[in-house]
Amino acid sequence: MSIQSEDVLKIAHLARLGIEEGQVESYASDLSNIMKLVEQMNEVDTSGIEPMAHPLDQSQRLRADVVSETNQREELQKNAPEIEDGLFLVPRVID
Amino acid sequence: MQWETVIGLEIHAQLATKSKIFSGASTAYGADANTQACAVDLALPGTLPVLNEQAVRFAVKFGLAIGAHIAPYSVFARKNYFYPDLPKGYQTSQFDKPIVGLGELDIVVDGKVKTIGVTRAHLEEDAGKSLHEDYQGMTGVDLNRAGTPLLEIVSEPDMRSAAEAIAYVKKLHTLVQYLGICDGNMQEGSFRCDVNVSVRPMGQEEFGTRAEIKNLNSFRFIEKAVAHEVERQIDVIESGGSVAQETRLYDANKDETRSMRSKEEANDYRYFPCPDLLPVEITAELLDEMQRELPELPEAKNQRFQTQYKLNGYDADVLTTQRAMADYYEAAVKSSGGETKLVANWVMGELSAGLNKENLAIEAAPVSAERLGGLVKRIADQTISGKIAKQVLELMWSSDDNADTVIEREGLKQISDTGALEKMIDELMAQNMLQVKQYRAGKTKMIGFFVGQLMKQTQGKANPQELNKLLQEKLKG
Repeated sequence: MSIQSEDVLKIAHLARLGIEEGQVESYASDLSNIMKLVEQMNEVDTSGIEPMAHPLDQSQRLRADVVSETNQREELQKNAPEIEDGLFLVPRVID
Repeated sequence: MQWETVIGLEIHAQLATKSKIFSGASTAYGADANTQACAVDLALPGTLPVLNEQAVRFAVKFGLAIGAHIAPYSVFARKNYFYPDLPKGYQTSQFDKPIVGLGELDIVVDGKVKTIGVTRAHLEEDAGKSLHEDYQGMTGVDLNRAGTPLLEIVSEPDMRSAAEAIAYVKKLHTLVQYLGICDGNMQEGSFRCDVNVSVRPMGQEEFGTRAEIKNLNSFRFIEKAVAHEVERQIDVIESGGSVAQETRLYDANKDETRSMRSKEEANDYRYFPCPDLLPVEITAELLDEMQRELPELPEAKNQRFQTQYKLNGYDADVLTTQRAMADYYEAAVKSSGGETKLVANWVMGELSAGLNKENLAIEAAPVSAERLGGLVKRIADQTISGKIAKQVLELMWSSDDNADTVIEREGLKQISDTGALEKMIDELMAQNMLQVKQYRAGKTKMIGFFVGQLMKQTQGKANPQELNKLLQEKLKG
């Protein structure tokens, strides 16, 4: 499977990544090579092997349901470009 | 042409945990903006999720209650999209390996039982809230809700009318509250409903194209939105168009749905297993433990109320819809000395009316079950009449006094003493010979006059049965 220029543009848009026009071709070629590698791996016979959801063969440790965080709004909002009434302000979005 | 409506529902139930699904921030409702949004909820670099055990237990409990398959291993996945109230740029959810698999629920519509399939239920995190009021032309973001655990419960497209959809939603709403896994508060968004609606010509096998309606936060809105959407889709098709697969928003003010975004373009979520979380293992021990912790479920309680308390189906339905109401009823019956029907009438009648008037939940009832039971006991043993009991309840409502204290203090004890009543009747008849003659001449309705006078004299305390019996005897002459 080879990746076309329009695939690169679509993926970039979905990931909100800006790509210079001149670079689209080389991304398409790099991604195609990755896909080739995956196809190569697909040739290994894995029938009868249970797929893993995670490279570590372990299960999730769970946390007790306890509130351990305190209000640190002031500290946490120091990074924010704009705040008002405790809210983070972002460019207007309308659904 | 005859059209058939097809409805499937997605319910988002906020799980009643103290802390968030992946962080130790509080989930309490109504806090100041962003005071319960910690570094994990804000997706600051380097933070990692740690799964809340209680959220997992709640999901398992739900699965067991609907007879579903519980996955021994379930997997969290990332659902990728960009919106300011989703700081990570993906929602941590479950995709192809949800924790709860296929189950079912029975609903009753018009006396007929119908089984609705539950396709799956999965754990995920809630998003924050965007406030579009004017903040200097910008949008305000409150991330307190971000990371609140949700159980998304997806039904099969098994419902064929708004009434069936409502019955299903109500059933689930009752169930999650019985299980104690969700507070069910629809106004606060703890229990939210998205409805998938399509229409097809009657008899056609294939489903029509569906629209998803979001933002339905009351049973009434669900009913109205479905009715409106069905009509809209039929109009579109009958005038030669085709229904678009899209998300529509219900506007309660205008009572209409309008297009929100087209799903074709937006719906490219690129799910993949979340590398930050390992598969969740549900052991046989946990399953056993949750099974043991399951409370008596609504249907079983309903049946038991009908057999144990000899209630009719309607009473049992009303009393078991909320677990708190059912508990109240049982406690009141106990302290009333087993007056099952009378207690049912008082809980569903005077008590509920009083609660509605003040917009109180039964948990906040000013008169406890024990005190109400005590009042009913005094009606049953004829210390007071039902009418006087209403007066007593009012006095109990605004104090901590029990029924006996109020009856004693206000001198409301019923007069059942035959001798005392007879004396009053004799005096009254002597003073009103004209009315007595009229009664004896066949105007038997005149008895009402005597009852009225005597009730007035005794301030309503005369035992009505006794009074009627004595009056009839004496008036006959």
